[in-house]
Amino acid sequence: MLNPGPSPRKKLTSPLPGPESAGVFSARAGTGPGGWKRLLWRGALALLIGGCLLTTACGKPADADSGPGLSGKLVLTGSSTIAPLAAEMGRRFEEVHPRVRIDVQTGGSSRGIADARSGTADIGMASRALKDGEGDLLAFPIAGDGVALIVHADNPVVSLTDEEVVAIYTGRIETWKGVGGLERPITVVHKADGRATQEVFLDYFDLQPSQVQPDVVIGDNQQGIKTVQGNPDAIAYVSIGTADFERRRGTPIKLLAAGEIAATTENVARGLFPIARPLNLVTRDQPTGLAAAFLDFARSDAVDDLIEAQLFVPIER
Amino acid sequence: MNRSSVKADRTATFLCWIVAFAVTGTFFWILWDLLGHGFKGISWSFLTTQPRDAGRSGGISSVLVSTSLILGVCLGVAIPTGVGTAAFLSEWIPRKSRVGRWIRRSLDLLAAVPSIVFGLFGAVFFGEVLGFGFSILSGGLTLALMVLPILIRATEAGFRSASEELRLGGAALGLRRATILRHLLLPAASHGIVVGLVLGVGRALAETAALIFTSGYVTRMPSSLLDSGRSISVHIYDLAMNVPGGEANAYATAVVLILLLILINSLASWATQTWLGGRSLP
Amino acid sequence: MSPSRGDRWLAGALGLAAALAGGAIVLILAFLVIEAWPALRQVGLSRFLGDSGWLPAAGPDGNFNLVPMLAGTVAVTAGAMLLAVPAGVISAIFCRYYAPLGVSHIYRRLIEVLAGIPSVVYGFWGLVVLVPWITRFRPPGQSLLAGALILALMVLPTVALLAESALRSLPRSYFEGAAALGLGRFTTVRSLALPAAAPGIGAGCVLATARALGETMAVLMVCGNVVQVPTSFFDPIRTLTANIALEMAYATQFHRSALFVSGLALMGLVGLLISAVERLSPKPAYE
Repeated sequence: MLNPGPSPRKKLTSPLPGPESAGVFSARAGTGPGGWKRLLWRGALALLIGGCLLTTACGKPADADSGPGLSGKLVLTGSSTIAPLAAEMGRRFEEVHPRVRIDVQTGGSSRGIADARSGTADIGMASRALKDGEGDLLAFPIAGDGVALIVHADNPVVSLTDEEVVAIYTGRIETWKGVGGLERPITVVHKADGRATQEVFLDYFDLQPSQVQPDVVIGDNQQGIKTVQGNPDAIAYVSIGTADFERRRGTPIKLLAAGEIAATTENVARGLFPIARPLNLVTRDQPTGLAAAFLDFARSDAVDDLIEAQLFVPIER
Repeated sequence: MNRSSVKADRTATFLCWIVAFAVTGTFFWILWDLLGHGFKGISWSFLTTQPRDAGRSGGISSVLVSTSLILGVCLGVAIPTGVGTAAFLSEWIPRKSRVGRWIRRSLDLLAAVPSIVFGLFGAVFFGEVLGFGFSILSGGLTLALMVLPILIRATEAGFRSASEELRLGGAALGLRRATILRHLLLPAASHGIVVGLVLGVGRALAETAALIFTSGYVTRMPSSLLDSGRSISVHIYDLAMNVPGGEANAYATAVVLILLLILINSLASWATQTWLGGRSLP
Repeated sequence: MSPSRGDRWLAGALGLAAALAGGAIVLILAFLVIEAWPALRQVGLSRFLGDSGWLPAAGPDGNFNLVPMLAGTVAVTAGAMLLAVPAGVISAIFCRYYAPLGVSHIYRRLIEVLAGIPSVVYGFWGLVVLVPWITRFRPPGQSLLAGALILALMVLPTVALLAESALRSLPRSYFEGAAALGLGRFTTVRSLALPAAAPGIGAGCVLATARALGETMAVLMVCGNVVQVPTSFFDPIRTLTANIALEMAYATQFHRSALFVSGLALMGLVGLLISAVERLSPKPAYE
């Protein structure tokens, strides 16, 4: 069997790599030996110019002074929940005051608190109420948000008592049959430790973080909606506005009532819905100038439509 | 050749095609999903108008501009540093030297730093210590750090593949090392550079967490490198995960990103080919 | 012949570049240590390995056990590499030796594009397509398996492109010899090409593993993020990176510091991996 016959009939030569090396000898000689030095010089020059530009640009203090007619730059950092709303408010504010720039950055509520405290940001954003250790800061609520329990649209369960919710989240009830549904295991979706909606949820149901027995832990609202949408046996809690919006555009989820009170943005607006949180803008000192003007604007009727467009609830002023 | 080896050969061929089909199939599955949801959203005006209503409506023009600026800063820093380091590692120091070993180790470690840590680091180091704040510059520099390991590793492999005769021949002709590097070794390494660039650009364009904290979230058209500007993946992330009703535009933006990738990858191989005179593709 | 002045300049510039590239990780490690220090000092390393759970929001009296996250990270990365390394290397071989020229070109382009799809897109796809599919067999669907599959897809391009690059760099003469001996294609690939390209492929795999260990968003979306040591492929897990990304947004002082310890733990894991590769590989991996 040593016959070295033509075994695979396809090109026998194809194991050969392409003639890579050919290119090596076609290297252009035109640049000449001085090419490197020139290149280095150019690089150094570019660096120098760039450096100069930068230092001059950075040297300018980022002034947020308000002259006659507002001007300057305002930096907001913090909660990713509030960021889209604040950015839209900023855009509208900029249209009224063309010499103003409102830069909205995210990074989470804790960053908003920390940046407002350190002065890195003019205004912080926090999608929760201030905590005990944060009394040094001033909070300006701009909108409200409710937290609703959601299940898959195919789930026959339409409402849960508070006790049932607690039993499900602590693992005492493990199948939907225990609350009048099908004989299927419940997938308990919980938010990550420290998230604002999680704190509101735990607070309302009087649960300790260590008591909850989750099957899935999530971060953003959208992740919760996608999880429930793809799993007929899941239960999760997310922002009411988001959930209601998704339900209306045909996502197969449904919102459970909290006791007697239906989970709607109207009920949150009227202060009836019990599981809710404020969306706060936070400052270190009593705001003046541009910051004060923007805070007033963000709490005026002029932004109600923006709040509703971002699926939050305007608060009573 | 004996029969069993013929059989092995056939099996191997079969296996190769199967894997290729599986990878291609999965890719098209994802692509189909993206195109199905996103293709109808793409139009000329989508590319040329700025985002409105938190990105639900309007286009992505400012996002595209910010993305290219971030990518420009990133590559402008990463390519010289990366190719320089690769040349240093493979041509200037002995292969088994201690210095080389440590640099390679630290690069592997750098490759594993989670992007969110890059983001937090970039925000502190470039944003606060160097004073660039939330800016395209901070974002681009942070990204440059992220793509360095892959760029260096791939380029170094390219230098290694240059045959020893090139170096000896160059030296025998009395050429300076700079000349040997520029005219003999760089062209020979061009394929490695392209691979590094493609992987690096891919990583840079795909990056979210590192950029949210550095180049930021602002969708205004940037007017300088010190402005904050939202990059394309941050936009996709925000629309998909943070803005209810943003899904349609998230998909459309993702399709634009893929078209952009195909364009940039072709450009990278073409540019390397013409500029370095190497043969980059089969 | 003494080196010319230009050459000395060049050597200096290249050395500087190398120093910058190698020094970056020192800065990042320093940053991690500084941020993690309050938690490390008050809680101590032992509690990060021996506490009864992970409840860091309660401050220094909370629980800080990182072991389930370490286990989750190792498990999901191992699963992903088990899939990605064979698939990637075979893809490279396919491209290099089996595919017709046109197909090879297109296939390469496709893998290049795969390398640039944002992790949020992978994660979103996983959450909408893959997870519901797994849920049908074993709820909750968000699981070690889903994470490993998505992660494998994400690092496959790194393995494939670097392996292809390594194979491509083999000198032509190798194959001329093989052809002269009448060796079949498979034999040539297995006994000639793969061993010769092994260092390059190995370096690519190390890089890809590092990348998989550090991946965040996609994993966060499909893994379920429950803090537990997995006992089956269908168990939800939380990785160290997901731990940081999930909780950083709302973490206050002490909690935040504890999250940076997760980052340090991840770096430790990679350090272990690197030294293991150095020990185990027959040829020095860092020659």
